[in-house]
Amino acid sequence: MPQLEEVAIDKYKHLVSERALKGETMLLNMGPQHPSTHGVLRLLLELDGETVVNAVPEIGYLHTGIEKNMEAKTYLKAEVMTDRLDYLDTVGNNLAYCMAVEKLVDLDVPPRAQAIRVILTELQRIASHLVWIGTFGLDTGAMSMFLYAFRERELILDILELCSGQRMMTTFIRPGGLWRDVPVEFEAAVRDFIRIFPKRIDEYETLLTKNPIMLDRLLGIGKLDAATALQHGVTGPMLRASGVKWDLRKARPYMGYEQYDFDVPVRTEGDTYARYQVRVQELRETLKIVEQALNKLPMGPVRSDNRKFVTPPRSEIGVSMEALIHHFKLWTEGFPAPKASVYSAIESPRGELGVYLEGDGGPKPYRVHWRTPSFDNLSVIPKIVKGHLVADLVAILASTDIVLGDIDR
Amino acid sequence: MGVEQKLGNMGVVTTTLESMVNWSRTGAMWPMLFGLACCAIEMMSAQASHYDMSRFGMELMRASPRQSDLMIVAGRVSRKMGPVLRRLYDQMPEPKWVIAMGDCASCGGVFNNYAIYQGVDEIVPVDVFVAGCPPRPEALIHGVLTVYEKVKGEKFVVPT
Amino acid sequence: MDHKLEPIVKALQDQFKATYEEFRGEVHVFLTTEQIIEALTLLRDKHEFELLSAMTAVDYYPQTSPRFHVIYQLSSLAKNVTVQLRVPVNGDQPRVPTATRVYEVANWRERELMDMFGIVAEGHPDPRKLLLPDDQEGYPLRKDFPLGYEEPQFTFNFDEIDVRKPYAKE
Repeated sequence: MPQLEEVAIDKYKHLVSERALKGETMLLNMGPQHPSTHGVLRLLLELDGETVVNAVPEIGYLHTGIEKNMEAKTYLKAEVMTDRLDYLDTVGNNLAYCMAVEKLVDLDVPPRAQAIRVILTELQRIASHLVWIGTFGLDTGAMSMFLYAFRERELILDILELCSGQRMMTTFIRPGGLWRDVPVEFEAAVRDFIRIFPKRIDEYETLLTKNPIMLDRLLGIGKLDAATALQHGVTGPMLRASGVKWDLRKARPYMGYEQYDFDVPVRTEGDTYARYQVRVQELRETLKIVEQALNKLPMGPVRSDNRKFVTPPRSEIGVSMEALIHHFKLWTEGFPAPKASVYSAIESPRGELGVYLEGDGGPKPYRVHWRTPSFDNLSVIPKIVKGHLVADLVAILASTDIVLGDIDR
Repeated sequence: MGVEQKLGNMGVVTTTLESMVNWSRTGAMWPMLFGLACCAIEMMSAQASHYDMSRFGMELMRASPRQSDLMIVAGRVSRKMGPVLRRLYDQMPEPKWVIAMGDCASCGGVFNNYAIYQGVDEIVPVDVFVAGCPPRPEALIHGVLTVYEKVKGEKFVVPT
Repeated sequence: MDHKLEPIVKALQDQFKATYEEFRGEVHVFLTTEQIIEALTLLRDKHEFELLSAMTAVDYYPQTSPRFHVIYQLSSLAKNVTVQLRVPVNGDQPRVPTATRVYEVANWRERELMDMFGIVAEGHPDPRKLLLPDDQEGYPLRKDFPLGYEEPQFTFNFDEIDVRKPYAKE
């Protein structure tokens, strides 16, 4: 097993300023194991006292080789790996992959499956924003925020467990629809959640929004203007807090999002406080979508009928021979995909999550590439951190909402 | 039979030094923050108010390895992270214990490829493996209690 | 094809003699390594493609020329269209000019390409490894790099694998 090597400054000479080589500024390693880096991110900071002159992020400590590993499995079995990318938005990852597969082989999705997919994805968006607001509070000093946020998150995880049996890595969304229909207690549980959640958001706002410590720590910190953001490929709430109104659910609607009526919150200041406000407002808007989708939930099948690509439901296997054969062949061999490539993107809580999927006529994907939002969101950090104090750096990193599983894949 | 019956009317209870030391070690074992990936989120859930780990003595997580005695490796360990893990383990003072939380830390999990260590026991000696992907917070608490059982059974070794 | 995309594809065809193909409503335009920087600049400045959504590569191993296709996925917020540019690259000494002067996000994306595929981006300001450890040899996402699969231990081969597995000393 390789040992850690002692690194001389030569390796980073072209990245740090002249003053570091003379010894005027200090090089500090904010290492992979650190309580405030939200995962295994390494930041090499060049500090002039407490002020950050340069910050060089170093990633790759969670590189899992998911893209290469997915090439070795069939389309259905590779979906298991997709949950583990952005582990806070697991349902969203499944949805992005299934949409890409459906686009590649031209599968239809019945309307009931689309509506339930929307409900689960939006609930997962709320859960992801809750983890963000909990750790954001932890980083800026409001430690009780963490406990409140995780209390609500347990309710959402209970709903996900009701449908799929698993709290986080559900793999409930399959190509062609869902794994199975939601149980009868689902509607009551979601309505219960919709009833109590708005008051909880008010509680969080009472704690954080007008808090003088928050305002002191967050206003004017880490300003990001729209031009720099677009050059760096930033999407999601970070871009919307800089004034650009771009949300893939409104611009290129998928899964029936055009039927739901919701706003996209936008702020123009581009600082940490604006990002906080955008995400808190998104919590409210997302709840509206869940309520509308639940009210309009149509009846019908939850899986496509196309038995060449989609396995039959369990109840059919007992009575029909063809269903048994389809089930067997699809799970052991897989289905052949055309020799072509597609790119399909959804709006995850962090930005644009895109999948580039290429088939080669066989049952295994030839190339899967994940365009993950945290990768681009992190690349803009060295620009917006210059000139701030180390404590501000922690707040800026927290407001970027990065997930290292997304970045390192 | 509680301690009161042993006290009698003298107010004195006798036991071995080993059991006293082991009992006090399990009373407030603070883990080192080593959350890497998805299992870290379940570890955070276990620390939060619904499945409270502070009931079992894990009041908070120390980021510094010099001040902790339990390392919960929560998540997948990639080839780049391996030496970092070993160095942090070496920096922890004795006595120390390691819990490998989750399938990726126990055996490589879903990922059987070039980039992930197939089990963190290739790098550090592990005391308890907790299965699950990710393990429920109750499973993690069960793993912690199993470590406590192991600690309570430890004997003093006279250095030769 | 989206009617907003037609003049753009026509402009690319006229200026660069590029071919294109359509699949499921997407447009993939083929360009060469000499033309790509000019095409990206043209699309960013004249046709309002502000966002480079994704940049990646595909390895078609047994054929060596071209062996790789480098893919640029561009997105226009103002017009709400996307287009994909594909650049075939040869197998020996694969290189592509750097796009960092056109889109800053290409800085990290090209480092990832250099790391995982070995496709060198000429003129890149910071060609260090991004995702892999420094002592990694070979380029993992190429098709001739093995997956690194470890044989699962069943009861019949448990002991032989146990002997070979590197366990940690104290």
